[in-house]
Amino acid sequence: MNAMQFILVILVALVCGMASVLDERQFHRPLVACTLIGLVLGDLHTGIILGGQLELIALGWMNVGAAMAPDSALASTISAIIVIVGHQSIGEGIAIAIPLAAAGQVLTIFVRTITVFFQHQADHFAANANFRGVEWCHIGGLLLQGLRVAIPTGAVAAIAGTSLVSQWLDAIPPVITHGLQVSGGFIVVVGYAMVINMMKARALMPFFFIGFTLATFMSGINLVGLGILGACAAVVYVQLNPDFHDAIKAPTAATNVGSDDDDVLG
Amino acid sequence: MSETKKVQPLTKRDIINTYFRSTFMLGSFNFERMQAIGVAVTMIPAIKRFYHRKEDQAAALKRHLEFFNTTPWPASAIFGVTAAMEQKKAENGEIDEAAITNVKIGLMGPLAGIGDPIYWGTARPILAALGASLALSGSILGPLLFFFGINIIRMLTRWYGFKFGYSQGTDIVQDVAGNRLKKLTQMASVLGLFVMGSLVSKWTSIKMPFVLVSYEQAGKTVNTTLQMILDQLLPGLVALLMTFACMWLLKRKVNAIWIIFGMFAIGILGYWAGIFGL
Repeated sequence: MNAMQFILVILVALVCGMASVLDERQFHRPLVACTLIGLVLGDLHTGIILGGQLELIALGWMNVGAAMAPDSALASTISAIIVIVGHQSIGEGIAIAIPLAAAGQVLTIFVRTITVFFQHQADHFAANANFRGVEWCHIGGLLLQGLRVAIPTGAVAAIAGTSLVSQWLDAIPPVITHGLQVSGGFIVVVGYAMVINMMKARALMPFFFIGFTLATFMSGINLVGLGILGACAAVVYVQLNPDFHDAIKAPTAATNVGSDDDDVLG
Repeated sequence: MSETKKVQPLTKRDIINTYFRSTFMLGSFNFERMQAIGVAVTMIPAIKRFYHRKEDQAAALKRHLEFFNTTPWPASAIFGVTAAMEQKKAENGEIDEAAITNVKIGLMGPLAGIGDPIYWGTARPILAALGASLALSGSILGPLLFFFGINIIRMLTRWYGFKFGYSQGTDIVQDVAGNRLKKLTQMASVLGLFVMGSLVSKWTSIKMPFVLVSYEQAGKTVNTTLQMILDQLLPGLVALLMTFACMWLLKRKVNAIWIIFGMFAIGILGYWAGIFGL
């Protein structure tokens, strides 16, 4: 890794770290973050494949309410560096990504706690109608989140090319690395479970089972096909659902609002 | 103070400025008031446009530094409503501070109830799954499809959400409670759950080469593995059960990262014991 690449890696990490709190442009998703690291390190192909693999695992990771998801930003940047610069297998990269996601989560919780200080500073600035001050408090919090990913990533990037990393990774017994690869096959369900729970739509669970059964027994169907079937099911469900037929149930509509069986809006 | 003042509405430039700021609204997320500073920063163009006395500006900043937390993208609709209310307040002062805060707080929950299933539960996972499936073969189309797909949805939501909220004002409360958005949420939930179900089957790989029965037949050893039995019953059954176990644990407020580590432990122990295979 040359100096230029090192700087670019840190810049990418900074953007990913900021994106992980913003949840806006999605630079923190493995699919984007690993691809960008691959791009600046000159191995786009590996970056994309690792990003795809990690994205599957992180599919359902999301911040809902005050609950923090495992951090995909730090996991993506560092594992991509270790795979590309440290010449490790994709499987190895995924295995180290998970502890990194945990570490990243701890770091973001730490930063989100520190940012309470900026919140109070903003109150002082607001009292004097100091717009600039409030804006800087905002940017301060954002920069800390960027640094939380950029600093650890930079540290790893600095040693990734040395034999140190491969020595550490080689010291892990094969039963662990193979076991981690095995769990890589089913760890994805944690993300799916997060999505299903978030929907809070128990009454709609039959659609989950229809999707499961179709995907299991219709060999050859791909995601696009399943997506079309799911979209059709969604449209038909809403069309047939008596809850949405105002004309038919106009007299009772007023009393029925909010008392039906779905708790999505509850 | 009931005399009506002439207040200039937000200009196109203000709206663009507000949009740009809103895309950074979560930057200073903190555990005390969550998205509060981001809301205040987003509202600054409106505050500057409507209020010119320093104490009015300070008061407006203060009320937008209150606790705020909802799904980020559709929150732009709330900013639109809030801007409309601030404009009315600046015009005749009839709207009091509490009303603005109440509408903001009142919209937070219902909007998250719509936004979380649509964006985090359906749009993003489906685009990510699609992108990832292309990326696994090393195609740059995967990341590009995900990145541009999700960002177009996000930008449209923010831009039109704000415009809609600003033009509708407090009338939006009826829209949020109304059937149209509920329909959309239900459709997203059906699609999301359908795809999750198919992913549980398609994108998990669990191999259980554990030999249950072994016997000799015509000089050959025939093994019946756990996997063969399970495949006859229902392929993907183990993944399905694991999903339910995760849902159960998550409902009991177990941190996702502990569940993930638990799964690692199961994988390593299972591989060591010969139950799971690569």
